[in-house]
Amino acid sequence: MRRAGPLKLCLIGGIVMIIQFFIPHRFSKNFFDEVVHWLIVCGVPALVIGYYSIFHVHWTKIRRKREGWGYSIIIFVAVIVVALIGFIWGVGENSVFMKIYQYMTMTMQATMFSLLGFYMASAAFRSFKARTPEATLLLIVALVVMFGRVPIGESVFIKLKLPNLVEWILMYPNMAAQRGIGLGVGLGIMATSLKIMLGIERGWLGGAGK
Amino acid sequence: MNLLNKFMNMDRRWIYLITAICVIIPFLIPIGLPTYTTPPARNIYEKIDNTSDGQVVLLSFDYDAAVLPELYPMTITILNHCFNRNIKVILMSLYMQGIGIAQVALEDVKREFPEKKEGIDYTLLPYVPGGALVILGIGEDIHKTFPTDYYGTLIDSLPMMREIRNFDQISLAISFSGGGVSRTWVTYANQRYGANVAAGVTAVMAAENYPYLQTKQLIGMLGGLKGAAEYENLVEKNLKLKTRKAACIGMDAQSAVHIMMIVFIVLANIAYFAGRRRKK
Repeated sequence: MRRAGPLKLCLIGGIVMIIQFFIPHRFSKNFFDEVVHWLIVCGVPALVIGYYSIFHVHWTKIRRKREGWGYSIIIFVAVIVVALIGFIWGVGENSVFMKIYQYMTMTMQATMFSLLGFYMASAAFRSFKARTPEATLLLIVALVVMFGRVPIGESVFIKLKLPNLVEWILMYPNMAAQRGIGLGVGLGIMATSLKIMLGIERGWLGGAGK
Repeated sequence: MNLLNKFMNMDRRWIYLITAICVIIPFLIPIGLPTYTTPPARNIYEKIDNTSDGQVVLLSFDYDAAVLPELYPMTITILNHCFNRNIKVILMSLYMQGIGIAQVALEDVKREFPEKKEGIDYTLLPYVPGGALVILGIGEDIHKTFPTDYYGTLIDSLPMMREIRNFDQISLAISFSGGGVSRTWVTYANQRYGANVAAGVTAVMAAENYPYLQTKQLIGMLGGLKGAAEYENLVEKNLKLKTRKAACIGMDAQSAVHIMMIVFIVLANIAYFAGRRRKK
């Protein structure tokens, strides 16, 4: 019974929303409008749960003095201090809150992500080998696109119309492959939605199909 | 052969060092090579350029600071272009962190356009959780989805927002994203409400958006730093706007790193085949 209620609600909700999509009436539009705003409101408690989860994980880590528990203290201090600064001095233009965001958060995040460039250079050197015909084709196309998407490659091979060739690769062979993947994903989404509505897929209830 | 073996087993820190040099040197000594303009970038430029004075463009900063080096230059250039053409701008984000970036971008661009006023020339909307639902909410009634702006002012009281109810009053919506958010804009804003949608994405995500360019579900796209550099050149050439061309400077570094990687990959393959022949 604990599962029957949510399953019925899911089935009825799904069918109602499908029917609503095909009825171009004011009532249908207002209903959809209302559902959208309900769902946005539902997103707010999800944020609260997210905050609770992060605090719970780090508090447990500190209490049990697990490896790296010192970093968890830094998280607590950072969250509390930045939130207090925002509440006390505001979050407007040129505020301390914005300065922290601009000169600490943005810089640190950009730095972390930029490190990926170094790993990619190393990984490409070690693993990008023409071992099979398919890998050779991939390697040649990748080299052409890499060279044709930067100014130096465009300038050197402008007479050979390299930029046009790169645009053609992206616009035709790439697009055909992407469209195939997209159709597969779309069909997968439809199948999964139907499985959820019909109660075949029950992972969202907190169990695996029981 | 010994040399090739040594090369193949090179300590990865050498690769890191060479990569760092290839990135840093072009920033210190810019080459300034021209960038070929692709049709997707030109389409966005022309759409904004043909938008009449006082019409509205929506810019959604759907990214966090991790992809800032690639996406920030294009957001700045498009914001510059809009303000230069007296187009009103709505700034928003489907990401919590994107709002901060939008605010920093506004501060940057307002140095060039100090006369632009909040609520009259632009509106910064707050973060509302929900992703696709927020797009659907804008399609129904933007005033219900965002009752106030980022600074807490009632949206009904903002002069530029009085006439705007949904996508019907928005000429173009551009989503800047490091993930697949631009496809969400295509699915909901374009397909459900018929909005004109364009995308500014990281280079690695650009390939995924080509099917939507072909079907005109995306009217244009800026792909990575190259897309931003193309837009900077278009703005400079046509509007004679003299701003710092961050993307064009970055493209020199990208050229150097791409060449370095191509050389490394080719040499690694030569070493691989030489090693295989020796084994036979």
